[in-house]
Amino acid sequence: MAITNHRLTPEAYEENFRDIHPPFETRDAVLVEANRCLFCYDAPCTKSCPTGIDVPKFIKQIATDDLRGSAHTIFIANIMGGGCSRVCPVEKLCEGACVYNLMEETPIAIARLQRYPTDQAMQRKWPLFTRKPSSGRRVAVIGAGPAGLSCAHVLSREGIDVTIYEKEAKGGGLMTYGVAAYKVTPEYCAEELNYILSLGGITIQYGNELGKDLQLEQLRLQYDAVFLAFGVGLARRLDIPGEELEGVVDALRFIYSIRTDGFPSVPVGDKVAVIGMGMTAIDAATQARRLGAAEVTLVYRRTEAEMPCTEKELEIARLDGCRMHWLAAPEALTGADGRVTQLRCRKMELGPPDASGRRAPRPTGETFTLDVDMVIKATGQMPFEELVQDAGLRHRNGKIDSATHGLTSLPGIFAGGDCVNGGKEVVDAVQAGKLSAVAILEYIQSQPPRPAVGPIDPSIPDHTV
Amino acid sequence: MASLYTNYLGISSPNPFWLASAPPTDKLINVIRAFEAGWGGVVWKTLGSQVKNVSSRYSAVDYHGSRVMGLNNIELISDRPLDLNLKEIKECIRLFPDRAMVVSLMADNDRDSWHDLIHKVEDTGAHGIELNFGCPHGMTERGMGAAVGQDPSIARIVTEWVMETATIPVITKLTPNVHSVVPTGRAAVEAGSQGLSLINTIQSVTGVDLDTFIPNPNVGGKSTFGGYCGPAVKPIALKMLTTIAQDPVTAKAPVSGIGGITTWKDAAEFMLLGATTVQICTAVMKHGFRIIEGLCEGLSNWMDEKGFQQTTDFIGRSVPTLTNWEDLDLNFHVVARIDPDKCIHCGLCYIACEDASHQSISIDPGNPYNTYAIKEEECVGCNLCKLVCPVDSCITMVEQRKGPDYLNWKEFQQRGLPLNDH
Repeated sequence: MAITNHRLTPEAYEENFRDIHPPFETRDAVLVEANRCLFCYDAPCTKSCPTGIDVPKFIKQIATDDLRGSAHTIFIANIMGGGCSRVCPVEKLCEGACVYNLMEETPIAIARLQRYPTDQAMQRKWPLFTRKPSSGRRVAVIGAGPAGLSCAHVLSREGIDVTIYEKEAKGGGLMTYGVAAYKVTPEYCAEELNYILSLGGITIQYGNELGKDLQLEQLRLQYDAVFLAFGVGLARRLDIPGEELEGVVDALRFIYSIRTDGFPSVPVGDKVAVIGMGMTAIDAATQARRLGAAEVTLVYRRTEAEMPCTEKELEIARLDGCRMHWLAAPEALTGADGRVTQLRCRKMELGPPDASGRRAPRPTGETFTLDVDMVIKATGQMPFEELVQDAGLRHRNGKIDSATHGLTSLPGIFAGGDCVNGGKEVVDAVQAGKLSAVAILEYIQSQPPRPAVGPIDPSIPDHTV
Repeated sequence: MASLYTNYLGISSPNPFWLASAPPTDKLINVIRAFEAGWGGVVWKTLGSQVKNVSSRYSAVDYHGSRVMGLNNIELISDRPLDLNLKEIKECIRLFPDRAMVVSLMADNDRDSWHDLIHKVEDTGAHGIELNFGCPHGMTERGMGAAVGQDPSIARIVTEWVMETATIPVITKLTPNVHSVVPTGRAAVEAGSQGLSLINTIQSVTGVDLDTFIPNPNVGGKSTFGGYCGPAVKPIALKMLTTIAQDPVTAKAPVSGIGGITTWKDAAEFMLLGATTVQICTAVMKHGFRIIEGLCEGLSNWMDEKGFQQTTDFIGRSVPTLTNWEDLDLNFHVVARIDPDKCIHCGLCYIACEDASHQSISIDPGNPYNTYAIKEEECVGCNLCKLVCPVDSCITMVEQRKGPDYLNWKEFQQRGLPLNDH
């Protein structure tokens, strides 16, 4: 038993990481589906989309051969509507609300339909938006993830010059670094980013981390407003003995390496345990299998009824041959030669509901042990509490306190996305960025123009303090 | 089990389903296969004047993903040699003596041409003749087809020429490209035509190509008005059929109904409004001869369900129920009712009523599902919500009479009753 890479043939990797939601092959197939749409009024699908995409309208536009119009309808609500069509848990959002469900009929394939015009728009580089002439006003955005990009796009359309500071080497945030590769490829993320930036007026400074390479105080001086969209950090600690053993890894780091290093070079164990049952846990477990792990076991302290992932996600894990250990809480990790070899779990049972409204698990006193050579932690991510604290922002356990429209406790500083909500869907981050942009525009208009502090040249990082 | 056997002007056929004069009936090989499939009769594609056809010939209207809701054609009458057609007709009659063989004719506009053509057709043993006074394209430019049918005086003269010599039943096919089919229908019947068939196709332009800007069908960069048929024209045909059944002169002539008949249900509706036989073309052009099975079985099963032994038990039965508007009962009142258990919260009833009717549906916002209910005191009973609802019998119209007695508009005015105040 060992953690090794290069387990499979190139063909096997390709097969295992193929697009799980393939696009419609033909226009005819698209039209059959588009014409099923009832064109609901005050449509439940739209109301269930965090970005409020006018779904009946964009589908009607597909059906009537107005693909540009359709793409515009999607992007005006959600500039990452293409990526969201691949990663959204639509079964609990738009498609879950489709009225066909109430007729015991298959819901409209909204995500696949949404992919059609957005793919066309990106492939053909349709310029669907034009930027107003620069107003000279400048906004700094921290983080080139969905919230930051969404905010930047709205601001730039309104003539604001936006500089995004990104600590990684690529934009896209968790879309680029944190989602299963069979849902959205790194190449697609790069195309999506380029499409967003093609509007103009948005500059990304890569390799710049807030609190390290640049300071909030200085940004406040240099920009008319600052939007914080730096997301959340690594996985929550298990806080159990043996957590430091070799082979115990963080789910996001694992997914990050799958998405950046190429599939064959990513090491994976023979017997892998994944702790957690959220979307990230599923993405880690299924990809561990797809990289060639012989056994993958998902360990979760509650039951299927309380799990955070969707039924559909669980189904993917099941079809991939992952096993589930429900009502099991990790208690200790043991190892040999510094490497993890066993995971001991407490068997749990459900007690009365806790603060989340879900029945709380409690130990039964029994335990069991799994032989493992790799443990992936995916029990939620930790906010950047220290960073937030040091910046003087009001927060709750590291999650920035923010009103609906991104206003923080500091004037001119706005925040949205995972750094505020603690980690939700991409589509939630996009909406947060969009709403914050509106608030930022209002704020800027209420402020006198700021005298420029020092020369500002986007080609030179202006954080050199 | 109900009998579909049909006797139309003495022409018998095992069922009332005939193929209309059109491409499916233009040659032996087709007609044999149609008869093998079970069709009751055919009206052979129009013989007569010498023509040559163009390419392309058809165009269609699609609706909401469904193809050929309406079909348009610019094909003329048969462009095959007359002698070949006559030979094949004779052969068909020999092979299928129990099926109806009617031949559509459109001779040049003179007595001799008509007489000559009729003699040749009668020599084949055909059971009847259909006069094509309806073709709306091409032939009209030569004073034929609809050019005859649109002028009752010309139609009368031509029918008289025909009746001078014809010894087999004559059916006159009427064009819908008139404000009323009755005047030409009367002229034909008064001139001796035993039967009437309707409708022929409706002049149309089905659309314009948004890339080339040329209407379709495109014939080398130009188009021409064509004849429209298919499911889209059925309501127009039913209305015209009814006017023929209601007129005291034309009502004497048995009718062969034509116009968008696709299913057994359509056929039953045509027959309820007076058709003895029905003629079908577009549905076959889309799906082939095989549809005859569903047509016969469906009609027969429905007749069994309703207790009809033969088609004459219900032909024309619905005609008396179509009256003048001023005879309708103003005290009859229905209101919509939404079954909350069946409602899927699509909101289509609400927005239709709100924007286009009487603002009679209330909305109780929910996330994601709104709840909709009828404001009965506002509802005028227009049916719109029921029509747009995608769920069968989710919305029903419930009778709530305004008064016990029958009250029509004439009576309403005589009594000086009050009009709406909103």
